[in-house]
Amino acid sequence: MGRIPRDYLINRLVTLVLTILIAATIIWIIPRLSPVDPAEIALGRMAAGAGSVANSEEILAQLRANMGIDQPLIVQYFKYISGALVFDFGLSTAAFPTPVSTLILNALPWTLGLMILSLLITFVIGNLLGALMVWDRSPKLVRVAIPAAMVFTSIPPILSGLLLMWIFAAKLQWFPLTGAYSIFVEPGWSWSFVQSVLHHGFLPALSIVVVTFGFWALGMRGLMIGVQGEDYVKLAEAKGLRPRYILYRYMIRNAILPQITAFALKIGLLIAGQVLVERIFAYNGMGKLLYDAILNQDFPVIQGVSYVIILITALSVFLVDLLYPFIDPRIRHEAA
Amino acid sequence: MTSQDNMPMTRAEKKQARRIRRFDNPWINPKLIWGAALLLGIVAIGIIGRFVWNLDLVFTGSAPLKLPPIGFENLRGQPGVLDHPLGTDGGGRDMLSLIIIGAPNTLFVGLLASLIGMSIGIFLGFSAGFMGGRTDDVIRVGADVMITIPPLLILVVFQSAFGDVSLTMMALLIAGFVWQSPTRLIRAQVLSMKQSGYVQMAQLSGASTSHIMFREMLPNLVPYLFGSFIASVTTSIVTAVGLEVLGLGPQRIPTLGRTIYEAINAGALIQNLWWWWGIPTLLLGIIFIGLLLINLGLDEVSNPRLRKLS
Repeated sequence: MGRIPRDYLINRLVTLVLTILIAATIIWIIPRLSPVDPAEIALGRMAAGAGSVANSEEILAQLRANMGIDQPLIVQYFKYISGALVFDFGLSTAAFPTPVSTLILNALPWTLGLMILSLLITFVIGNLLGALMVWDRSPKLVRVAIPAAMVFTSIPPILSGLLLMWIFAAKLQWFPLTGAYSIFVEPGWSWSFVQSVLHHGFLPALSIVVVTFGFWALGMRGLMIGVQGEDYVKLAEAKGLRPRYILYRYMIRNAILPQITAFALKIGLLIAGQVLVERIFAYNGMGKLLYDAILNQDFPVIQGVSYVIILITALSVFLVDLLYPFIDPRIRHEAA
Repeated sequence: MTSQDNMPMTRAEKKQARRIRRFDNPWINPKLIWGAALLLGIVAIGIIGRFVWNLDLVFTGSAPLKLPPIGFENLRGQPGVLDHPLGTDGGGRDMLSLIIIGAPNTLFVGLLASLIGMSIGIFLGFSAGFMGGRTDDVIRVGADVMITIPPLLILVVFQSAFGDVSLTMMALLIAGFVWQSPTRLIRAQVLSMKQSGYVQMAQLSGASTSHIMFREMLPNLVPYLFGSFIASVTTSIVTAVGLEVLGLGPQRIPTLGRTIYEAINAGALIQNLWWWWGIPTLLLGIIFIGLLLINLGLDEVSNPRLRKLS
């Protein structure tokens, strides 16, 4: 692995594996501490559908056997962990007999798409605005307006989502209220479908963007102040390079790098926030899947969604940690 | 007297002079004061409201349905009435009484969770930084591992397994996820302080470990601790509201998040019942902005260089 020292790599790998293992274990233990019996929930669902259920004792026993909860706990645990490694979380109880992994695979592209899109937008806008706050040639309006807008960054995206939804979807009706694409469009690689997806995705993405760009802007502001006084910037100015060129190639280029590590610390909160945005917009992603599963007490799905999201978070942090020295050659990994 | 005294002072100089007059107390800065005022306002609503308003109106069906706030009309053409100045929700509850009970609840969860989380963080951070070795390894890896796990998702699993939880229980659960950042921060600070002269002096003069920890080091950490505390209050409230909006969290106690949950589920957005979700949203916004201002103010306390910038 070239520049990455082995100790550092091992350290990061151990943390990654421990994170996933601990999260998976917590998710597994919690329902077993609960007095609620999943077999009885399933039976209750049957009874609700059929009016009454005969031989309920036998059915309960069979349900328990199907769910594997009649086996010793230690067997259950290792079955669960080995299943989780290959994304096998069993069958959904509400959408029986769809495997949980299928449900998650259908929802995942929507969540990842929305996340990557809104992240890219906030990263660019946030860092640019943060840089402009410090740059001595930016218009005065920018320097006054941005700190004022920064107030919104303390607000979780769910609140901005509600507000935007009300203004642009309910009142002005410029954008659809819910969903990820129009029900009148056949999903596929057609122009009308893409258009519909973009149209539906705009508000959820915007509600994340408006409340997260300030985080990047604030960080960038601090970093730019540090870069501003560097000798190489003074040299570039003395050489008579165009100020705009200095801003982009000398100042932002150097200041932006630590922002990438900041991303690693923030990603968990970002994903959790996005899950809630998806829930209020009924966007077809993991958030909606999770919310529906909570409503239906569909435990395998709740576990699966939580596990996959934690996995995505842990993997992103791991990747950022590893890739960082390649992006910023000034940083050398030290065996922590 | 020289001519210098006659020169008009610039704005910055005047500001500087004012600052010197009040002994340059960094704790008195506008951001901190405004932030604290916003949060105290929320607390005041909760306390004063309990004395002047009839809180029985918080029960379902105790008031007419879907009345707008005073000065507005709902889709059925009903005007707002003085009995329910902020309107009523779709379940016939008075919005004002919902807020009087709900808003302090939200703050309570945030404060309790972070108080517990901070205590754990201070304890673990000091232990790790001070003892080093195995203890440090375990605590450091533990904090690193837990910091990547989004609390919301674990708590979703928990609360959907256990059903209804109390407000205190929810705070306790959230506290299990807000100790990592303080632990890391305090550990790093303790490690660097251990090298500083006054700590080594205390060690040489035979002071006990607890004396060094709590009498020598802790006072220097106060601004950091406050900043970290406010950050974890924010995280706790975000998590609590997230759970409530997913329909988890306390089912029978009014909270701002649960009110939003009920409003969305009842289609309040399409029915133009903006006060139902809007008022809790506004209050949450005020809480978060208040916390942000306090945090920015505390930054100025602990980092004097920032004071010159603003």
